[in-house]
Amino acid sequence: MKPGLATASAARMRELVTPEGIPVRFELAAAGERAGAFLLDSLFQGFLIAGAMIALWIATRYSSHTQAELLLILLFLVPNLYFSLFELRWQGGTPGKRLLGIRVIDARGGQLENGAVLARNLVRELEVWVPLRFLVGGKIVWPGAPGWALLVAGAWTFVFLLMPLFNRDRLRVGDLVAGTRVVVQPKTALVPDLVDEHAAAPDKRAAYAFTEQQLGVYGIYELQVLEGLLRRPAGTPGYLEAVAAVTEKIQAKIGYESRIDDAERFLHDFYAALRRHLEQRLLFGQRREDKHAK
Amino acid sequence: MAAGAQRTMRSVEFRREREATWRELESLIAEADRRGLRRLSAEQLARLPHLYRATLSSLSVARSISLDRALTEYLENLVGRAYFVVYGTRQALRRQLAAFFAWRLPAAIRRAKWHLLVAFVVTMAGAVAAFQLTSSDMDYYYAFVGDMAQGRTPASSTAQLRDGLYDGGDQAGVLALFAAKLFSHNSRVAILVFSLGFIAGLPTLMLLFYNGLVLGGFAALYHARGLGVDLWGWVLPHGVTELLAVLLCGAAGFQLAHGLVFPGARTHLDSLRERGREASTIVVGAVLMLLVAGLIEGIFRQVVTSVPVRYTVASATAAWWIFYFGFVGRRREREAA
Repeated sequence: MKPGLATASAARMRELVTPEGIPVRFELAAAGERAGAFLLDSLFQGFLIAGAMIALWIATRYSSHTQAELLLILLFLVPNLYFSLFELRWQGGTPGKRLLGIRVIDARGGQLENGAVLARNLVRELEVWVPLRFLVGGKIVWPGAPGWALLVAGAWTFVFLLMPLFNRDRLRVGDLVAGTRVVVQPKTALVPDLVDEHAAAPDKRAAYAFTEQQLGVYGIYELQVLEGLLRRPAGTPGYLEAVAAVTEKIQAKIGYESRIDDAERFLHDFYAALRRHLEQRLLFGQRREDKHAK
Repeated sequence: MAAGAQRTMRSVEFRREREATWRELESLIAEADRRGLRRLSAEQLARLPHLYRATLSSLSVARSISLDRALTEYLENLVGRAYFVVYGTRQALRRQLAAFFAWRLPAAIRRAKWHLLVAFVVTMAGAVAAFQLTSSDMDYYYAFVGDMAQGRTPASSTAQLRDGLYDGGDQAGVLALFAAKLFSHNSRVAILVFSLGFIAGLPTLMLLFYNGLVLGGFAALYHARGLGVDLWGWVLPHGVTELLAVLLCGAAGFQLAHGLVFPGARTHLDSLRERGREASTIVVGAVLMLLVAGLIEGIFRQVVTSVPVRYTVASATAAWWIFYFGFVGRRREREAA
């Protein structure tokens, strides 16, 4: 993962405490993701309305009066009900949100209440539709106002539209009113335990052993960096070079004198030994964060 | 000392023991996400909280004894996903709807009664002011009513105005269109009135006052032509419901403003959050009321032309709303408190 992306994600992590008392971290959805989901949802709403109109027109050839009525009713009902109904039934998701992998949760870690879902969607009228109507034609919203006032009012309403960009937690006005957050749905992928897997492999070559002193050089940070390296699939370009480079570095740092035939094996053995060592210390309450810590 | 001779690491053992549980939770969540929570069987639903708590405890343990970063990440993500399923919205919509109408809505409105009073006073102030001004000088009519007049102005003759109150209209299509347009227009204004409360309630005040002005100006014209009784017979059957709905939205907006400006012992955000949920309950009720008003208007107004019937309907709706908001659900509200 590129460094820039990693820090942006990290900056969006938020911790909340579940009702059981365990802190769990979630990544807030980026403003772009939320905007994208909203656009997708708007698209779907458009399809729904168009589809409904066509279906009704085909089923019973109404006069144009009735068509206009139906259109008006649909234009009101669909935008106002779409989000609420979906978020209520899909535990905080809508089709657009699902496609982009984001969801609504309660900000304080409790149950997402129905009232909250309604509240956050009712305020959308203020956030989105009013600014858009100003864009389209200010006179509709505020008949009889002078031009400059329309401009000022329009600009002011844009503050609400762009509210997610102005605060750290990417909150819409609706989120503020309802006490919710929109977070990224985490992906789960369980990879095998490096130590377990390694221990199960048939022992063809001699294992590498390390002294206490050698294992005391590095800390948890280096262990996890090593883990990241070892978890790379064997075929990726640069893997063998990285293995060789890291082996050399470790060898120099810890003062490992004996010959190393198989660099990969060496790293696996070192990882296992270092992890065992550090986890032992954890049990005694000693947590060595990195090689500079005491 | 060969690696094989050592005792298995605690973290490895821990994972071996618990992995099956996590896998089960993972597949359960995947199914709940794919098919919806409802489609899970009863046993699956019963397993879910157990698995969730077991995984939570695994996460706690992993954080303290395991240095396998991939494992801790996996557990965090798994807990996150399970959290959505376990703490997403409750499913029993039908029961929630019943509770909503039976006592939540009336209770929320009762809690907002002072806000409702403020909304009423502001609207009345506008109406009275406009009435007085327009009665003294009919030119004010254009300033107050403006675009909402739909052809009924001081320039129209008294006969035209009276006909407007009793005209049968064209065909059913026009009625329904009118009702639909009013429903979406009024509901939009209502929702706007509510959400503007977020800005400390001042725009809500202004909108309510403006609404009052329109009413007052309109009333002044008809009263000046001696059509007062007919006018209220025309307005009140649906107007009682409609005006009440707009007032309720104003009250809801003021609730928001109240939460924002006077948070009391809580933080601003918390206060806003509590009041926001209350207030949105009220707005949903108000929008439904507007639907009812729209239907009454569309169906009744142009079809039913006898004045006593119109007044009877108006009184009946007024009595009903007073009963509903004032008395329904009091017992359950007390129980829930």
